Parts: sequence; C-alpha cells; structure tokens
Amino acid sequence: MIKTNEILETINMVEKEHFDIRTITMGLSLFSCIKDSADATASAVYDLICKRGENIVKVAKNLSEEYGVPIVNKRVSVTPASFLTAKFMGEELKIALALDKAAKEIGVDFIGGYSALVHKSMTEAEKSFILSIPEVLSKTERLCSSVNVGSTRAGINMDAVSLVGNIVKKSAFLSGDGLGAAKFVVFCNAVEDNPFMAGAFHGVGEGDCVINVGVSGPGVVQNAIKAIPNASITELAEMVKRTAFKITRVGNLILNEASVRLNAERGIVDLSLAPTPVIGDSVGHILEEMGLSSVGCHGTTACLALLNDAVKKGGVMACSNVGGLSGAFIPVSEDIGMINAAENGSLTLSKLEAMTAVCSVGIDMVAIPGDTPESTISALIADEMAIGMVNNKTTAVRIIPVPNKKVGDYVEFGGLLGRAPIMPVHQGSAEKFISRGGRIPAPIHGNKN
Amino acid sequence: MKCVLTVIGKDKPGIIAKVSGLLAEYAVNIEDISQTIMQNTFTMIMLVSFENASISMHELKAKTTVLGEEIGVSIHLQHEGVFDAMHKV
Repeated sequence: MIKTNEILETINMVEKEHFDIRTITMGLSLFSCIKDSADATASAVYDLICKRGENIVKVAKNLSEEYGVPIVNKRVSVTPASFLTAKFMGEELKIALALDKAAKEIGVDFIGGYSALVHKSMTEAEKSFILSIPEVLSKTERLCSSVNVGSTRAGINMDAVSLVGNIVKKSAFLSGDGLGAAKFVVFCNAVEDNPFMAGAFHGVGEGDCVINVGVSGPGVVQNAIKAIPNASITELAEMVKRTAFKITRVGNLILNEASVRLNAERGIVDLSLAPTPVIGDSVGHILEEMGLSSVGCHGTTACLALLNDAVKKGGVMACSNVGGLSGAFIPVSEDIGMINAAENGSLTLSKLEAMTAVCSVGIDMVAIPGDTPESTISALIADEMAIGMVNNKTTAVRIIPVPNKKVGDYVEFGGLLGRAPIMPVHQGSAEKFISRGGRIPAPIHGNKN
Repeated sequence: MKCVLTVIGKDKPGIIAKVSGLLAEYAVNIEDISQTIMQNTFTMIMLVSFENASISMHELKAKTTVLGEEIGVSIHLQHEGVFDAMHKV
C-alpha cells in the first residue's frame, strides 16, 4: 500500500493548499457545421455542441468525487468562429448567440473560440468579425473571444493591433463595468490546444473532439518552498520541479479518465500554475516565499524565470502530452499577492511587462483608467506582441479600461476574475506609431527553414 | 475497484468499530489497514475493495461523510489511482 505520509500529503494538498484541476476543456471542431445560411450554421453549431458536450459536466463531477480532487471549471473550446462566419458578414452575432446558448444548455462555465487568426493579414470577413466582438461580448454570458495578431513566423499585423485597441475599449464600455474586456484576449503565437480562458480555441490542426486538462496549485508550490526556508536557489528549483511533477500526474490521470468516459481524443495537460484570488493560491506569494519583500521589486523577473522553467521541467516528466500555455500565470486581479503588490505600488505595468518575457502568458487581468486612449492600449499590446514574437513564445494581453474609473479606484469582477486596483499607464502618446498601419516584419530567427 | 479510506480526527474509543461496521454492512472488503496517532491526531488508512460490495463508491462516500460528522472525524474515500499517479513513477 502507498505510504501513510504520501496519502496525507495528497489529502493536504487539496484540503489546505487549494490544489485543484482548474478545468476540463472539450475542444470541438465545428467545420462540419458550416451551411448555406447563418441561421442554419448557428443551428448546426448548437446541435453539435449539445450532442458532444452533453456529459462533460456529469463526468467531471463523477471524477471529482472518485479521486477526491476538485474540478473547478468545465469548458468547451471551438474552431475559431471567424471561419464559420466568413460567408455571413454582418450576421456574426447569430453564431455567437448559438455558442452561448449551447454552453448554457450543457452547463459549462465558459465556451472559448469566438476567435480570429490574423497574424499576417486580415480578410474583409475577418475584419467584420473582429468588429462584431464588443457587441457579441455584451450580449453573451459565457462566450470568450481572442484574436491572434502576431507570430514569430509572420511578424506583427499592426493594422490588427490598431483595430483591437478599439475593440478592447468598446468591449469594456459596452458591458458597462469593463467585464466585456475580461473575456477578450489578444495573442502573439497563440496555441491551438489551450484549455484556459479567455484564450481557448480549438485549433485548425486538431481533430473532431479532444479533451485538454488544465491543472492548478500555486498553494502547493508555495508550501513546498516554505518547508525549506534555508535552501539554496538550486534546491528551490529542484523542489518546484518535484512538486510540479506530482500536480501534473494528477492532471494526467484526470485527462486519461475524462477522455475515455467522454469518448474523445486524449489531448494535453496544460501544467500552468493558475492562481485564484483566495489566500494561499497565489503565484505572487510563491515569488515572495523565494525571498522577495513584495512582488515587483528587483529580483522578481529572475524568481519568475526560475519558477516557470522548473514547473515546465517537472510537468513534462509527468505527462506524455504537455501543451497549452504551461507555465506560471500572472493575472493581477486573480491573484491576491499580485493585487497587494499593485496596491502598495511595488508592481507596475513596466515590471509586469518584463515579467511576461519569462512567464507563460502576458499582461493579464490588469485594470487601467477608463479614459486611456485606444492608441495607448494598442501600443501596450504591440509591446507585448513584440516580446512574444522575438522570444518565440506565446504572449497575451487581457487588459480592462474600466469605465469612469481612475488610478486609485477599484474594480470588482467577482468569482475567479477577482478584483483589481486601477493601475497607471504611461502618459506619453504612441498615436502616430499606431496610426501608420502595416506589419512589423518577422525577426530573422523566425526564418528557420 | 480499490479505494483508500482515510479517517483523521480526535482519538476516541470506537472509531475503527464504527467505520469497519459500516463497510461490513455493505460487503466492502478491507484489504489493508494502518492506524497511528500523529501529533495527537488519530489517523487511520484503509485500502478497501468494492469487488463484491453491495454499494457503489459514490453511495458509500455519502454514508462515510455522514458517519464522519456523527463521530466528529473527517473521512475521505478516494480511488487509489490518485495516490498511485502522484507518488509512483
């Protein structure tokens, strides 16, 4: 039998350290749903999701009970919807409403894939699709949207960057409280098998129906580090690696079981450390446990680089198919350590930008003043995309210009999305730069053939 | 199917009797058992088999939760696979 201390360690991870499976995400190809009209397509989309996804909530509940590990979210990701709407410019909302309705019918928390891939250029249909995003996000509840505007192979589509600055702002304002923008992500090097929202979509290289699992467990890593207060950095890295291995093994188990029970292809485990606003579930606190007085001080980027790499190394050993974003997430409003650091002035947008060069995603869930110019939002996105493009990694921006709020105010999103202080942006203007349009050419090392 | 049943709480007479009595009632077989007092806390771990059981794991889980509340201990019932996955390479 397994040793007593190992059994207690596992129970402790769930009971006291907030270890959970953050999401089981079912990826569905919707190419077969494209019909002659938007109405017929919407109807086919609804039917397919309801048929394939009807058991996902039940299966997740059963798995959670059997293995004693909470499964927090059940989600669906679909083929980027811009492929479905290409023939129906101006009628995009019909498809969006069908996606949202299907999500509610099967009981999943979110559905992702109201997405477009425009990293090199944009078709007229894709432009129409992107312009529909703010209204779609204001009229749907569970639907999430993303746009890929750059890649290491293609460069950065600055026309799209300029456009999405406007989309971020409109999405925030149409929803009244900014929540619309919390459901919209801009990517560079977007991945096709990401189970996490708001950026999940089912890539065009994927099969009909696939299960991807996202784990979590910042609290487990923090406590593992706490247990060795005088360890060297080398020992810290080793401890994080071992802990990530254990966490990912459970993700792998759930992935195997869920894909069999849902008669779906076995996809990937995304071994990201996803925080929540609860105390003891914070990536920020892991970094502070390593020896920082407050996240954002000098040394933060180095600590995060260590953490991100050790998590990947431990996770890769634990699972035959690792994918998605896989690393440490640093969303400000969803992490109590990050919230506190933003409040006390230790964490700034500039430091966050530096951190994104070494972590798994990007500027995430950051609230900024509602009167921030669109060109400034586009410029912030361009900076983040450049980091992803040059470093050959995924970067993302999910930023919320909160209507009628200024620096010093707060915004409350509730649930997993948390709360955030409004952070200041640079006051200088990049309007001329953003208005030029065109494309930033791919870096020389993107040309690998 | 095999599960690990864990009982953690304040020590008192009759905990093992009550838990094993419940298992016997539904023909859930105890294959291995260990019990110890760790830092003043009663800790018992059982490996149980549902091979000939007259109850499903989900049903037993609900009953053990109720029993745990009655006798003031925390009872977990989990498929052994989660421990194998985490602690065996």
